[in-house]
Amino acid sequence: MLNVSKIKKICVIASALTLTLFAAAFAGVGGGVEAKESVDLMQLAKWTLVFLAGLGTVFGAGLAIAAKRFAVQIDPRVEKVKDVLAHAHCGACGYAGCEQYAEAVVNNPDVSPNLCIPAGAKGAEAVALITGKKAEVREPEFARIMCQGSVSKSRKKFIYEGVIDCRAAVLAGGGDKSCAYGCLGYGTCSRVCPFGAITMSTDGLPVVDITKCTGCRKCEQACPKKVIEVLPASKMVLVACHSRDKGGDTKKNCDLGCIGCGMCVKVCPFDAPSVQNNFSRIDVNKCRVCGLCVAKCPTKAIADHLPVRTKAFITDKCIGCQICTKVCPVDAPFGEQKKKHEIAQAKCIGCGICTAKCPTQAIDGTFNAQEVFAAAAAKKAKQAASPAA
Amino acid sequence: MNSEFTKLFELIISASLINNFVFTRFLGLCIFFGVSKKMETAVGMSITFTAVMMISAALSWVVYSYLMVPLEITFLEIIVFIGIIAGLVQASDTIMRKVSPGLYYKLGIYLALISTNCIILAVPLVSAGEKYTFIQSIAFGFGSGLGFAIALIIMASIREKLELAEVPAAFKGLPMAFVITGLIALAFTGFSGLITL
Repeated sequence: MLNVSKIKKICVIASALTLTLFAAAFAGVGGGVEAKESVDLMQLAKWTLVFLAGLGTVFGAGLAIAAKRFAVQIDPRVEKVKDVLAHAHCGACGYAGCEQYAEAVVNNPDVSPNLCIPAGAKGAEAVALITGKKAEVREPEFARIMCQGSVSKSRKKFIYEGVIDCRAAVLAGGGDKSCAYGCLGYGTCSRVCPFGAITMSTDGLPVVDITKCTGCRKCEQACPKKVIEVLPASKMVLVACHSRDKGGDTKKNCDLGCIGCGMCVKVCPFDAPSVQNNFSRIDVNKCRVCGLCVAKCPTKAIADHLPVRTKAFITDKCIGCQICTKVCPVDAPFGEQKKKHEIAQAKCIGCGICTAKCPTQAIDGTFNAQEVFAAAAAKKAKQAASPAA
Repeated sequence: MNSEFTKLFELIISASLINNFVFTRFLGLCIFFGVSKKMETAVGMSITFTAVMMISAALSWVVYSYLMVPLEITFLEIIVFIGIIAGLVQASDTIMRKVSPGLYYKLGIYLALISTNCIILAVPLVSAGEKYTFIQSIAFGFGSGLGFAIALIIMASIREKLELAEVPAAFKGLPMAFVITGLIALAFTGFSGLITL
């Protein structure tokens, strides 16, 4: 207990002091006592000891009484939970600080243990273990920069020479970018990030380091242009533009802006993009990250965060029907009729359309291959079952 | 009576402005630089600091003049005052947690930082050295707290603006804060002729 240790401490200090005092007195030094003819050493030492011991006892007793009288019952689990949280006090959980969340998650059965986003899946598991709740795996989220209009790719309407901060720059006529929806590039997000995950590129755009980003949404709140969105990690194909200007105006302002042409809507096999307010938006719930729209977008406004997409290859099941050559948006498959086809790896973008369309499930390697094969097997099993019945 | 009040007023002005602990005695710099980054923490710290200073000045005055002076053990003042302050801070921590948890969440984190701070220790030491009366000790504690609050709030407001300024890379952060502290200290020397005690 704290009080016992305090008393002990004071006793140790007192005895150490007495020893020093003796030493000082024998060496002929007064120890700071005001000038006197002689010092009654025994008397002094006695009173010192009595005084220090008395003071120590009074304080120790006082603290002990205070601790008893004003004891606050704290669930020991709160402390344990607090230890496994990230201690960023970012507020991503919806509580004022880590302490408040720890208290809530222990005391309230409805508060789920996976709210601490910076602590990640490991933290959620640990919290669940302490509180006896079930941890659901929560997909990590990352901040995504929804603008590609870097200094070299976009135009400015005036020269801004104020304070180097987006929140200040936006006060000057909405910022110096010609595009009213684009990133201003003065690095407010990189400064508010508590984890140092955002750096500014030399071309004036923020770059998110996803190994450091925890999805705490601090940058999302700080950005005056609302260019940053925090989205699930697996959704890596995004229209990186928020421009509501008409296509022509967007084109004037920026080389990489979305002009709302609707090409992505046409090519998407899953109906994920939709054009509204002159810009396209990909519905993250529908998007399967095939990357087809990335290849087709005429202004390169769609950002693909997936570093390598697995490419398709043709197995021996191929019957040479040439369907894949017809459906492929980039003309990657080739080969003569009735012979095994090949896919040009350099051209293939891994969109998975051929995998889905192949009548014999002979194309493997794309992201949807397992799913397509499973569906085909199920269909076959159903067909096999129905004639018998 | 009137002259008594004048003396107290002079004491407060002297402790807060003329002999400001931060800018003329250069004490408590660690906390001064630590919590002056944001206005909110600076205000919280100032309030806690002033309260603890006044209470510790009063308590140590009682112990000093009724126990240590009669027993002729005034040479123990440093160690005794440290003990008193540490005990006081610990007790107020415990009591505040029970009595007003809201205040505890707001100011509790500062309490732990305070317990062995040099300004807090300097207040009873100076008032013991100057042989202040009970009321004067409390006034001195209040004045010192006020002075620290002024220092923290001035610094916090400057540093909040400084965040947006273009500081040369070599001076960023603490070096710039020291330069600013030096400049403010220079300005505070202007108070030195205010009252002749």
